[in-house]
Amino acid sequence: MKKLTAIGLGLLMSTGLASLQAQADEVKIGMITTLSGGGSHLGVDIRDGFQLALQQSGRDDIELLVQDDARKPDVAKSLADEFIQRDEVDILTGIVWSNLAMAVVPSVVRQGVFYLSPNAGPSDLAGRLCHENYFNVAWQNNNLHEAMGAYMQQQGLKKPFILAPNYPAGTDALEGFKSRYGGELAGEIYTQLGQTDYAAEIAQIRASDADSVFFFLPGGMGIAFTKQFHGSGVELPMFGPAFSFDEIILGAVGDAAIGVVNTSQWAYDLDNPTNQAFVESFREAYGRTPTLYASQGFDTANLILSALETAHPDDADAFREALRAADFESTRGDFRFGKNHHPIQDIYVRTVVAGDNGQPTNRLVGVAVEDMQDVFADECRM
Amino acid sequence: MTLPLLFEQLLNGLQLGTMLFLMASGLTLVFGVMGLINLAHGSFYMVGAFVTAWTAGTTGSFWVGLGAGILAAAAVGAVVELLVIRRLYHRQHLDQVLATFALILIFSEGTRWLFGSSPLWLNVPEALSGAVALPGGSRYPVFRLVIIAVGVLVAVALFLLISRTRLGMRIRAGESDREMIGALGIDIAKLYTLVFALGAALAGLAGSMIGALQSVQVGMGEPVLILAFVVIVIGGIGSIKGALIGSILVGLVDTLGRVFLPSLFKLFMAPADASGVGAALASMLIYVLMAIILAFKPKGLFAAND
Repeated sequence: MKKLTAIGLGLLMSTGLASLQAQADEVKIGMITTLSGGGSHLGVDIRDGFQLALQQSGRDDIELLVQDDARKPDVAKSLADEFIQRDEVDILTGIVWSNLAMAVVPSVVRQGVFYLSPNAGPSDLAGRLCHENYFNVAWQNNNLHEAMGAYMQQQGLKKPFILAPNYPAGTDALEGFKSRYGGELAGEIYTQLGQTDYAAEIAQIRASDADSVFFFLPGGMGIAFTKQFHGSGVELPMFGPAFSFDEIILGAVGDAAIGVVNTSQWAYDLDNPTNQAFVESFREAYGRTPTLYASQGFDTANLILSALETAHPDDADAFREALRAADFESTRGDFRFGKNHHPIQDIYVRTVVAGDNGQPTNRLVGVAVEDMQDVFADECRM
Repeated sequence: MTLPLLFEQLLNGLQLGTMLFLMASGLTLVFGVMGLINLAHGSFYMVGAFVTAWTAGTTGSFWVGLGAGILAAAAVGAVVELLVIRRLYHRQHLDQVLATFALILIFSEGTRWLFGSSPLWLNVPEALSGAVALPGGSRYPVFRLVIIAVGVLVAVALFLLISRTRLGMRIRAGESDREMIGALGIDIAKLYTLVFALGAALAGLAGSMIGALQSVQVGMGEPVLILAFVVIVIGGIGSIKGALIGSILVGLVDTLGRVFLPSLFKLFMAPADASGVGAALASMLIYVLMAIILAFKPKGLFAAND
């Protein structure tokens, strides 16, 4: 009897060991993203793009766990703790919003877990709080606004009227714009966050001597503003970052958006084989045109996959080096990391045109700024 | 600050006010007649907007969509009254707040489940798009003028309904003495369902029209709901007249504050700081207004049961 128990115990232990072995080889990725509430189409697209890349890789040793943060910092924080302590993930990713990223990222990377941002790029994480385990695969928040400032300067616009919501990303946007646009402004307005009626602001724009409008109003705010501006009879050219003009928002704005010029680090009609294959397979898999967020999710997954070819995250130093090399085919063409692990990349200009199916869509026009790097890289001590 | 700009901003304030009135009148009726705090009122606004957007998208006609949106909001309101609200009349306000807050969550997730998480497309009908010239040379969108007109029409119709019809008499009776009107043999249950559905229909109307100007998305009702509550607290809970005056007041103060406060601060501050401080203060302005009014008139301007 005793012998039997011993054999049984031995068996049990060896199977236990075997499963431990399997676990060590497997890579666990935790994704915290916004799948419900306002702005959930961003999180859905990041997740879908990420999953598409994993499927295409054909690897079955990568486990992706997805959780919804409902755009709440406290929820995101506790999900991160759960992923790290209970699921023991190697890599975290997925957060859409900068305030959530600030709540989660600094403590996560200190615990030795890798975090790859597919969207949020707050200035602190690029500068003062940069960390060797933190990589941003999208952009630093200010990039698209700075690029638009430079582009409008180039285009010879003399008096833009600029507006953004009164919250940190809004003030960053206008500061970013002004840092690259040296000229005179017709006016500068901070609106309420979540404001849906812009009649008062549009009347001020009309009364000013502006020759153009630059605005950063993400999500529903941008939809409301664009529609109301179009209906107001003010005929000034509109400019903004891509956040207010992704394919899903264009579907809700309709023809009112035609003619808007926007800056983006990616465009679905960008001419490179990786991107063409991505757009085609995304359309096939999900039945819609990908947004920039989907491309960011796809690129993030491919960066991780490329690094896994070289090293497992358990070998942190080797894995970090492999990530830093950014040896993957990006949908945006050239892609490399600056010393603060934020991208150095071209920022493109797109314009909204009437599409073939009657829906407005974005068309690539050119490059606003080549090899753009964020201005916070110098503040990063790494 | 030129005169045409001031005139245009007054119109904007009036338009915001009439839209708020459509929301606040239903909210205040339900509170006045049934003593119920209904946080889910914003959900009827959302239902109206979504059904309008969806129907207009399928049939191609904004007007069919508008009709469908109002009917759907009324129907949803009636069903919610029968299933949920009916059980809350004799409960405390805290229970009512909890239950109707749960309804908000259910409606939001239900709408997402039905229509998806991306915003829907709804545009101003062709006949009402564009802008007309105002005296003074400025131009103003036709659709906003229509919203003002609809708001005024609804106010007049509600006034006539309440002061001249049998239903209105019962509503007034219900406001002043709930037990007595039941004792007089009036089917109080039916009256409650009717009033609730009427309030929901008005919210649906507001949602449908505003949806064409703004974005039709999940959660669009809550910011409006907060403003509508401010309106009925200022106007006096339960009073339609109070709701009308309160809406116009809030609409004007909010709009004019947003425009003029930043320019006021620019007189003695750097422009960038002034627009930040002005914007922050403008967003508080209606709450300051509410606090001042409540300090002098604790029951609001036109309290119903004084």
